Amino acid sequence: MLKGILITVLSVGVIGTAVWGYQEHREKNAILINAENNYQRAFHELTYEIDVLHDKIGSTLAMNSRSSLSPALADVWRITSQAHSDVGQLPLSLLPFNKTEEFLAQIGEFSYKAAIRDLDKDPLTDEEYQSLQGLYKQAADIQSELRNVQHMVVKNDLRWMDVETALATNNEAADNTIIDGFQTVEKTVEGYDETDLGPAFVSMQKKDENYQYLEGKEISKKEAVSEAKKYAQSPDDVKATVAENGEGSDYGFFSVSLRSPKESIETNLDITKKGGYPIWLITARGVKQQKISLEDAHQSAVKFLRDNEFEDLDLFESVQYDQMGVFTFVSKQDDVRIYPDSIKMKVALDNGQILGFSAEDYLKSHHKRDIPQAVLAKEEAREKINSQLKIMDDRLAIILNDSNEEVLCYEFTGTLGEDTYRIYINSENGREEKVEKLQNAEPIYEDVV
Amino acid sequence: MMKQLLMFTKVMLILLLIATTIPMAELDKSANAFSNQVIRQGAIGDDVIELQARLQYLGFYNGKIDGVFGWGTYWALRNFQYEFGLDIDGLAGSGTKEKLVSASNYDKQYVKNQINQGNSFTHYGGTDLSQQAPANNSGSNQNDGNASSGNSGGTTSANVPSGFSENDIQMMANAVYGEARGEPYIGQVAVAAVILNRVESASFPDTVYGVIFEPRAFTAVADGQIWLTPNETAREAVIDAINGWDPSGDALYYFNPDTATSPWIWTRPQIKKIGQHIFCK
Repeated sequence: MLKGILITVLSVGVIGTAVWGYQEHREKNAILINAENNYQRAFHELTYEIDVLHDKIGSTLAMNSRSSLSPALADVWRITSQAHSDVGQLPLSLLPFNKTEEFLAQIGEFSYKAAIRDLDKDPLTDEEYQSLQGLYKQAADIQSELRNVQHMVVKNDLRWMDVETALATNNEAADNTIIDGFQTVEKTVEGYDETDLGPAFVSMQKKDENYQYLEGKEISKKEAVSEAKKYAQSPDDVKATVAENGEGSDYGFFSVSLRSPKESIETNLDITKKGGYPIWLITARGVKQQKISLEDAHQSAVKFLRDNEFEDLDLFESVQYDQMGVFTFVSKQDDVRIYPDSIKMKVALDNGQILGFSAEDYLKSHHKRDIPQAVLAKEEAREKINSQLKIMDDRLAIILNDSNEEVLCYEFTGTLGEDTYRIYINSENGREEKVEKLQNAEPIYEDVV
Repeated sequence: MMKQLLMFTKVMLILLLIATTIPMAELDKSANAFSNQVIRQGAIGDDVIELQARLQYLGFYNGKIDGVFGWGTYWALRNFQYEFGLDIDGLAGSGTKEKLVSASNYDKQYVKNQINQGNSFTHYGGTDLSQQAPANNSGSNQNDGNASSGNSGGTTSANVPSGFSENDIQMMANAVYGEARGEPYIGQVAVAAVILNRVESASFPDTVYGVIFEPRAFTAVADGQIWLTPNETAREAVIDAINGWDPSGDALYYFNPDTATSPWIWTRPQIKKIGQHIFCK
């Protein structure tokens, strides 16, 4: 009897301890993951901010007008302080972040002083311009170091918590790849572009316009399927399913999914209810070997646009990713490029098939515009540009400026050192509306360490 | 008459000789030259490596020979076309390539070796090539050629969408894989698009990392599934989303109705369903 009670009490105790232990373990794990996520965020955000910083400083180098330089410098200052706070959140004070912190302090001080000064009365001196150039170079170095470490962290699944635990237990033999990484990595790399997605991207606020320019009547589900088949160039025996948009959508559309019975390739697209225009199309299939050139793919994209009556478009950008070509087209009216009206296309480089089409921006903003005459002559606009820049190309273009208005600008493309910039000068008042540093290819990081 | 005939056959013979030798010579010259493609900006691969090396040989191109037709290569090509009286279109078509081949030399073996060894090197004409590369491979920067993402043709750089680095893409691919690996392809693109829509939105953090690691935002981040190694599909989906495809219809949230624990999420206006996920405003 006594034995029975004892056994019961003991076993309840054991089970209780086990349950308690398990709960503790789970809680500890959840907290560990949470802490780890915070470190990861701080670290990745830091690298990202240095990226942005590098590009912003690069853009300020190409700027001329005081009115665009002051806000740009203020922006640099803002990013600097964010990056500074991210460095502060990283767990290890013993890491060689000194250089980064020093750099951030320098650039912060410089940009703050320059931004609050009246640059009209007191422009940047040559020495200041040179020190800005020096900071730009330094930013490139730090960016490349951090990128390399980041590549290692991601690739080898490194955990900041492991480093912390290793340090806490004073275990020297632990895997300190992160620390080693920071100490060994030293490479030179080129920069890359800014957060700004370029003129062919339309910002969110502008996006809410909801296809006001579309013409045509409401289509039925059945018509949506036949339109979809036309755009997807699919055979007749394809199996189609259609769904209507949910109530939360700002606009009416049909989602059509087409699946050919023979191959298991699926094409999906959304079609506007009004007029039956394709918003986007994606065909999911792998592309193994490149057989055609990017230029051939370009031709096949142009043919698709022509066949489907998308007219007056100009190729703006072509990029090859592995075995895919991605093209951006913008519309053109009276020889003026209209960047808000953009269409993106993805073409397979094995047979030239259109694997992707995205016309959301185009359908939302394309209409016949009254393009005003440029007030300034080209030469006058050209004088507004930083004299350091070597201008290679120019044209007229309509872009969305910072306040989301469409403005007619002179677009100048030019080089400064190794980088290429695109600068937009308002054709009416000569304002420097936008200065963009264009994307360079990114070196493939080797698996160092 | 007889003489005339003899003359005629002689001329014919000479013509025939010329006709047979000329193409031979040409064939010889272009034996290890460009393929037939017209090379345009944005392209990657062996033809671009040759293009850059030849432009550098002539002193037009001072950048890195990396096999990616970027802006530097573009301006170099246009300057070449200008100097040689060709149409200035920035495209390397047959005319431009012919001019380029006849005006420059291309030491393919040398260039390929340097690239395979991961050296930084140049290919200028008029200088001994051995002085344009590190004395011998120090072995410090070994690059196994097509290391990352199955890049074709031993290029040493890659195109990345404007405003994003390869690491950013990798991290987003991690998030997409952790959140939506069982979903159809467009479902994965849509999840990536939601991350980007949040970056753009005023009510969420302003960076990709801020959005991904925002506490309690994504279950895959909270339970550690984000650290699974993503596959190529997730990566491709991320690139599509960055390049402007948004199958979600501008959604800011999504949830799986079978596993969602928060009743709040049901109050969001729903846009559409893709695979298991419902996307909402």
